[in-house]
Amino acid sequence: MAAIENLPIADPQALARSTARRARLISTIVPIGTAVALIGLWQLGVRAFGVPTYIAPAPSDVAVTFVEKFPLLMQNFWPTFFESVAGFVVGNLAAILIAVAFVHSRNVERAFFPIAVFVNTIPILAIAPILVLIFGPGMTAKVVIAALICFFPTLVNMVRGLQSVSPQTLELARILSASKAEVFWKMRLPSSLPFLFSALKISATTSVIGAIVGEWVGADLGLGALIIDATFNFNSPLLYATVLMSSGLSVLMFALVTLAERRIVRW
Amino acid sequence: MMEPMETLVGQPVGAARVNAPAARLDAATVRFGTYTAIDKLDLELEAGAFYTILGPSGCGKSTLLRLVSDLIPAAGGDVSIFGKTTEEARLAREFAFVFQDAALLPWRSALKNVELPLEIGRKRGAVIPTGPRSPRELLELVGLKGRENALPHELSGGMRQRVAIARALLCQPKLLLMDEPFGALDEMTRDRLNLQLLDIWRETGTTILFVTHSISEAVFLGQKVIMLRANPGRLREIVDIDLPEPRQMRLRDTPEFNRYCSYLRELLETC
Repeated sequence: MAAIENLPIADPQALARSTARRARLISTIVPIGTAVALIGLWQLGVRAFGVPTYIAPAPSDVAVTFVEKFPLLMQNFWPTFFESVAGFVVGNLAAILIAVAFVHSRNVERAFFPIAVFVNTIPILAIAPILVLIFGPGMTAKVVIAALICFFPTLVNMVRGLQSVSPQTLELARILSASKAEVFWKMRLPSSLPFLFSALKISATTSVIGAIVGEWVGADLGLGALIIDATFNFNSPLLYATVLMSSGLSVLMFALVTLAERRIVRW
Repeated sequence: MMEPMETLVGQPVGAARVNAPAARLDAATVRFGTYTAIDKLDLELEAGAFYTILGPSGCGKSTLLRLVSDLIPAAGGDVSIFGKTTEEARLAREFAFVFQDAALLPWRSALKNVELPLEIGRKRGAVIPTGPRSPRELLELVGLKGRENALPHELSGGMRQRVAIARALLCQPKLLLMDEPFGALDEMTRDRLNLQLLDIWRETGTTILFVTHSISEAVFLGQKVIMLRANPGRLREIVDIDLPEPRQMRLRDTPEFNRYCSYLRELLETC
């Protein structure tokens, strides 16, 4: 009897906790529910209006293809994955090293920054065929294209990051008689990390775009090649499944960078 | 010429009267382009004393600290710290600087920030003296025991400034330069840190040169208030503050304290 009477007067902390849990549940259910509803609407619309599969496949067709053609999709996933990762590493590494050179010497910056801006203004779609001509149909051209697309945002952010040390911190370094190397390793480089990671998050997804664009121009294997192949064969379910796979690759890259950022930038 | 200095090294400074002045400026001049920030300033700071600097904005208060700490060169005249040039004094870590913004490295814990001076400077020829207190003991001295591993963003503004003070004390400086260190803090925190700073000053025996905008802070802390005038920066007057030691909060309510404040306020208006 007493226990039952006590029930409604639960302690306020437990009440607050359950309210917080409900708020969290709602904040995950709403976006997922919306996505599911939109996919359902798409399925219904395609079926109701009798849209031919080659124009717009129903989500169920895409799902079936995704499962049936999974080995083919994976076979084309790996080359694009390696090109994206290699391009990401090469492009960002080059950008970081050049940013260090820029911050080290104003003259290097004066000489090369306009060139970097010029390269950045060339649309990647326009420069991709040139690079394929230079490097041939192999993986190298795709890596270079992916690297190129990563390069500029990281360069700009890294220069800003290396210069983000406060004037008072630099005065402190001077009072402690710090050498240029000590200022770089102990102050400039750590200061630049939050800036670097915001650039890396951009290039995590753009490097995938670079690799796919490179494959469009000429490749036998890779998600980009599969996209072209599926389009020309009016195999829309495969096209959609490939696009899904590409976006999955971008999400994977982005998640890895975000995970690394959380572990490294704790301030 | 340097003999009396040598005997001082390693000796608790507050214990003995020191012969060489903590800092000595002879007709020191600082120019920024055509603008003269400090004009032929003569000043002698007695070792072990607490000096506060007051003056209208543009009088060169911060410039004076930066001149003494070898951050900016003198365009003319001479500056010496305990008989050494400012560069020699910098390399021997004779002085330390506390900035208005604590200037902590945000990725380092409180303890790691205090330890920073030990890791830097040897390549440029700095001789790094180790003071009697470990970084941990210094954090305890400024009242941050238990917060050694906290990152700066996890500390309040007052706590960050105390970490900066602990870092400045690490190499046992004989001259502590402070550029409006409590200027950005609320009044209660500021009062508390003022008392704590006086304790630290008494305990370490260091000379302090403290820039402030606040007349009452200048009177409360300083044994002597250096009043500068602006355009160009020159010495207006050095006012001896003869108030009972050790100074306590209620001193601020006494008529003597207020007399000094109003005297300085009038003086400031003529600068």
